[in-house]
Amino acid sequence: MKRLLLALPFGLMAFAAPALQPALAQTGQLAETIAAGPQVTTFTLDNGMEVVIIPDNRAPVVTHMVWYKAGAADERPGKSGIAHYLEHLMFKGTETVPGGVFSERIAALGGSENAFTSNDYTGYFQRVPPGALEEMMRLEADRMENLVLEQEKILAERDVVDEERNQRTENNPGSLLREAMDAALYQNHPYGVPIIGWQHEMRGLTKDDAIYFYDRWYTPNNAILIVAGNVEPAEVKRLAEETYGKVERRAEPGKRARPDEPRPRAARLVELSDPRVRQPLFQRVYLAPGLSMVEGREGEALEVLSEILGGGPTSRIYKSLVLSGKATSAGAYYRGGSMDETEFGFYASPRDDTSLDELETLIEAEIATVLADGVTQEEIDRAIKRLKRSAIFAQDSQTTLARIYGATLASGGTIQDVQEWPDRISAVTPQDVRAAADRVLKIERSVSGRLLQKPAAEEG
Amino acid sequence: MVRAAQTFFVALLLLIPVSAAQSVEIKEVTSDKGIKALLVEDYTVPLIAMSFSFKGGSVQDAEGLDGTAELLSTMLDEGAAGRDSQQLQEALDDAGLSYSFNAGPDDFSGSVKTIREDSAAGFALLKEMLNSPRFDEEPLGRMKAGLSNRQRQQETNPRSLAGDGVRELVYGDHPYGRPRSGTLETIEAITADDLRVLHSRILARDNIIIGVVGAISVDELKAMLDDVFGGLPAEAQLNDVPEIAVETGEDSHVELDVPQTVVSFVLPGLKRDDPDFFTAYLVNHIFGGGSFDSRLYEEVREKRGLAYGVGTSLSTRDHSGIVGGGTATRYDRAQTTIEVIEAELKRMAQEGPTEKELEKARAYIKGSYAINNLDTSGKIASVLVAIQDSDLGLDYIDQRAGYIEAVTLEDAKRVARELYSADPTIVTVGRPLQPATD
Repeated sequence: MKRLLLALPFGLMAFAAPALQPALAQTGQLAETIAAGPQVTTFTLDNGMEVVIIPDNRAPVVTHMVWYKAGAADERPGKSGIAHYLEHLMFKGTETVPGGVFSERIAALGGSENAFTSNDYTGYFQRVPPGALEEMMRLEADRMENLVLEQEKILAERDVVDEERNQRTENNPGSLLREAMDAALYQNHPYGVPIIGWQHEMRGLTKDDAIYFYDRWYTPNNAILIVAGNVEPAEVKRLAEETYGKVERRAEPGKRARPDEPRPRAARLVELSDPRVRQPLFQRVYLAPGLSMVEGREGEALEVLSEILGGGPTSRIYKSLVLSGKATSAGAYYRGGSMDETEFGFYASPRDDTSLDELETLIEAEIATVLADGVTQEEIDRAIKRLKRSAIFAQDSQTTLARIYGATLASGGTIQDVQEWPDRISAVTPQDVRAAADRVLKIERSVSGRLLQKPAAEEG
Repeated sequence: MVRAAQTFFVALLLLIPVSAAQSVEIKEVTSDKGIKALLVEDYTVPLIAMSFSFKGGSVQDAEGLDGTAELLSTMLDEGAAGRDSQQLQEALDDAGLSYSFNAGPDDFSGSVKTIREDSAAGFALLKEMLNSPRFDEEPLGRMKAGLSNRQRQQETNPRSLAGDGVRELVYGDHPYGRPRSGTLETIEAITADDLRVLHSRILARDNIIIGVVGAISVDELKAMLDDVFGGLPAEAQLNDVPEIAVETGEDSHVELDVPQTVVSFVLPGLKRDDPDFFTAYLVNHIFGGGSFDSRLYEEVREKRGLAYGVGTSLSTRDHSGIVGGGTATRYDRAQTTIEVIEAELKRMAQEGPTEKELEKARAYIKGSYAINNLDTSGKIASVLVAIQDSDLGLDYIDQRAGYIEAVTLEDAKRVARELYSADPTIVTVGRPLQPATD
């Protein structure tokens, strides 16, 4: 199996404060660094918890993360949003550490913390002085098994999550369209359900729902510890055994079984008109394999293809749509990091009087050109060079490195997958790219989305 | 595209003090042509990061041409010297230079990162972008269209509308009161000549601040400084910007049919050079600052579940200071939320913080500096710029903890009274406000 690092950002965060915003759009590009970068130590505790240690001695800081191999796509039907709601509730305290005390300890050290939920995983992290690592490990291990939920606090937090949905989605027509497109693209797989949950379901979530998810997935044999920073690996190992190593296996989650997508048969169109829309948008997404799903270099070929088509101001899409004066922005992307079938997408926002039809035609023309003529070796060389170079920049951030390992392992990948990525991406050929495009860029695999302004006269 | 967005964090860098930063050794470097920079030499990673800042941002936009500085920040990489837009983009791509330019209210700034072995090509292109931008017609139209597109999107974005409302009420006719990104009309009016004029007024040798971190020696840096910046005009030509003493107390509501109402509020604050700056920083931290146990966070989010985020921050500009705050809450609970915030303002003004709260804030603010600001070379480069911008001294990183320790409870209570007694300006964007409930 092969797997690449994520193009996904963290997903939803527990706190609105921007404690740690992912700086790079494509963590996938960073794997090169890792192979060339610091010597990573990895082992598994007796209870099954995986551990990865990444040394970085430049600053007196350590990043401590625990990732659970469970995300929104692992929720039971009808309980959408529970993975994310539980993530918020993990801050409410345990049998021995009352709510708020963990956060107070971090604040007293000048540290920062947050948590995040994606489709495939949920994670918790702190950034603290290295001397505080042991305490962080003790407290995080404690809440892996001893969470206590009080009904009253849970209700207020449910309102908080509801406001989070309002802020991200309900107040924003573009987000509402995106949600509807996901629901259309994934006809059977839970990626079609929003991570934050459908409003009508998340408003009914209970303490029992949260505890059910917690007891099923939050167990050391389903968790990964990542420690990056100014630390001694041997010392971290000792601490991990003393803290996380004492947590009993709480469940046997087994393999995550999610329903597969059927073979797509029909192109779909999703439109949303809203009086709040001032700038229309065209989007087209294709169901595509995730990096971990395919043998050969298909995933890597899709990464290179997205770079050639949509990676910045020298890309084909930018030249054809933006430089030509038809769009104000346009691009292409591939979300290869998902565990299961994922998407390859295009977007464009019109300039002046350009219609969405015209943008769609231009994007389709670029797709047709790739399908007919493929891409050149020179384009591939440039794309690979760019991917590799941005990887070196990532060496500058211990937190970025921690994220790459965490996201890969939590989505079913291995350390080796991370470290071998540069070789795989370098091996991509024009034939690989053309074959991948042929398989993925078929109209019946696609959903088109149109964000439109509803004329004021039609307002109810 | 690689253009920069991180305006907010630049201001915050200064505000977060230091603890264990002994590992940072700062060198003061002056090139043969007299260009100064602060340097932290470090070869752990084969990268060089540089931040720089020219005094004179969007406050220098000419009347009726709001958005010129902002547009300038998007045009430097759209053709320079002998290369047109596409040629420059391809050269930048080949050189692997990571870069961004940003127009703030008071400063025009930039940052670059390059792999050491590619640095010659990268700095040569930076020199072209800073010294010889072309402002060709095609990219100018394209960048203006992009900026206008953003403006149109923001017409129905409740956060932007709240920001506009606060800016107009608080700053009025002062240059800070003008829209930094322009309006559809002003963007349309800006010409290549307007960009040339602003460029030549702002980008000069006597108003630049530079910080460099990474795999570069003192001698290499000197040569680079002369090469990249040495050809700029000797003196900037900046318009004087008057001081403004902010007055608050005026509210406004912007009607917008969205389920969640955005609430923004402002109080008069202080400037970075105010002797009470650290006291105010601590008090604001307790009231609504960054961490998750501020009074507002506790009352608005934790106890009542009224919002996902709530907070306040000190905004210190060259010519004014404010305390700004905000939250977003379901439309029928907006008035309730405002009343909770007002009650907390009153309580803080009357009682001030407790000794325990102050002690916690001191600990956080001392410890967080290294964790937030000194862990990547890009962030350290920004710190080096901030230290010079506010004239904090080369020993600032070591001295900072002492400034925090020196703040007494008495100081904190006095400053809390001064800061939070004023009647805030409150701007709400959403459906009509409903009476408060409990």
